Amino acid sequence: MAGAQTALAMRDRRATARAEAATRRRPRQGLVALGFTAPFLLAYLVLFIYPSLRMLQLSLTNAPLIGAGHFTGLHNYFRLLRDHLFQNSVIHTGYFVLLTVIPTTLLGLGIALMVVRLRGWLQSLVLACFFLPYVLPVTVVTQIWIWMLDLQFGIGQYVLRLFDPHGIAVFQSPGWAMPMVAVVTIWWTNGFNVLLFVAGLRNIPTDMYDASALDGAGRLAQFRHITWPLVWPVTTLVLTIQLILQLKIFDQVYLLTRGGPFNSTYVLVQYIYHQAFVLNHGGYGAAVAVVLFVLIVAFSVLQYQLLRLRGVR
Amino acid sequence: MRALAARPGACLLTLLALLCAGIWAFPLYWALVTSLQPEYAVVQPGLHLLPRIWTLAGYVYVFAHTPIGRWYLNSLATSVLITLLVLGMSAACGYAISQLRFRGRRLLFGMILASFMVPIQALMITHFILMNDFGMVDRWGGIILPQLIVPVAVIVYKQFFDSIPREFREAAVVDGASEFRLFTRVYLPMNWGITTALAIITFIAAWNNFLWPFLVTSTNRAMTVTVGIVQVHDAFGVQYARNMAAAVLAALPVAVAYLIFQRRVTEAVMLSAGIKG
Repeated sequence: MAGAQTALAMRDRRATARAEAATRRRPRQGLVALGFTAPFLLAYLVLFIYPSLRMLQLSLTNAPLIGAGHFTGLHNYFRLLRDHLFQNSVIHTGYFVLLTVIPTTLLGLGIALMVVRLRGWLQSLVLACFFLPYVLPVTVVTQIWIWMLDLQFGIGQYVLRLFDPHGIAVFQSPGWAMPMVAVVTIWWTNGFNVLLFVAGLRNIPTDMYDASALDGAGRLAQFRHITWPLVWPVTTLVLTIQLILQLKIFDQVYLLTRGGPFNSTYVLVQYIYHQAFVLNHGGYGAAVAVVLFVLIVAFSVLQYQLLRLRGVR
Repeated sequence: MRALAARPGACLLTLLALLCAGIWAFPLYWALVTSLQPEYAVVQPGLHLLPRIWTLAGYVYVFAHTPIGRWYLNSLATSVLITLLVLGMSAACGYAISQLRFRGRRLLFGMILASFMVPIQALMITHFILMNDFGMVDRWGGIILPQLIVPVAVIVYKQFFDSIPREFREAAVVDGASEFRLFTRVYLPMNWGITTALAIITFIAAWNNFLWPFLVTSTNRAMTVTVGIVQVHDAFGVQYARNMAAAVLAALPVAVAYLIFQRRVTEAVMLSAGIKG
């Protein structure tokens, strides 16, 4: 009984001492911490939280880009439901995602498999060839491809003549425009995926291959039973990163086709740009932006859950 | 026996890899070669993979007839400032979250993590309105401010500071060092590698950014190279040697930065991708 009481009292005293130490330290550390976090916090509040809330508020009005408007409730959102160009832009964005995400992931894995078995400077050289486009500005990439695919003088027409002997003006053809924008995008960004896959493949212990070779497993069997399952977490990572990235497509489409021909490559972000900056419909543009916002957050949450299930985190 | 039999196959695979890499890099080679030819040679019929006439006329034209010097200055100034500000703010904030105990720490960390999800493109309208309120449209400040939010950098720093053993901290605290001294003299110098890596990719991202500078600049006063070379295209029509010369000039700083710091760039890309996942 007495022992228990002493123990309690001691625990109590220790707790008080800890609390005292904490109060002695905390106000000072709190201030110091404020000093360290203030610049970021200020930028975060002014350039991130405020614009996000302002966007929500704006989407409930009929305001122009610059200037005040009237509160119109959910009118903009109801209008979106009946807006054909908006619906088309959603569909085109989905089509673009379809054309890029899975092909670029598979291509990235294939290239990484080729790169990872090389050694030394040869590997650096080959990796640099695949990665260099990724660090270039998008305008440089589109300028290069507009030249490559020029109907009269582009060197790419030598390949396209296999499909049509007269050559193809790809960015003026509704059927070709979006797939070619996807090709350019894959060429531009695939280096990133290659890099992630190379890192993932390097993490697979080599003795697993040695052991399976002793058991008489062929190359194909090794890929199916060792490489593919062990690189799968990287594959999901690449897939989800690409999915979220490509939903935000704008630059390449705008620079290569301006959304044409006949709006066949019109995408979601371009619709925000068009409504707000070309037609001066700030409120309506903000409503489209909110839709994009919600879409991406939903996919991000999905990604997070997927990765957590796989135990990557 | 098996090793011998495997060798030609391995050789073939290496050749295949080289071939694919060559094809992948070909558009870059072609752009470079085109920029070094006279316009009439560019549009000659027939396939000439190696040009017979070399000239710098395309580059001379771009320098003489476009304000590319001004665009370069704008790009350089805004990208350098963005890099310095982002790294300074992120390192300090990451240090506080990792090393200091204060109220709201977990909330702050959670908010930063959550902000990964937000697509910056969705904020373009309200960013523009905000910059207009600040009187910063078509100015460096207008280009810089919305690009300062890089939550990944904060997390990279936080995780690195987490991994530094507590002994360093305790030893320095016993010596009476302030938090600021601890941060600038002990913690930051321990990871110049990470700072360099983050600096390079932040610089490249700022230099390459198209959408935002495109929206917020309207004249050559603040226009960046990345946006400017599209104007060249519009003015030139189908003068491809000049177009490619302008493109090569716009790509040069980032391409050179990548080739020099290749390992740092890949390291930084991996770091931020690992966290984004």
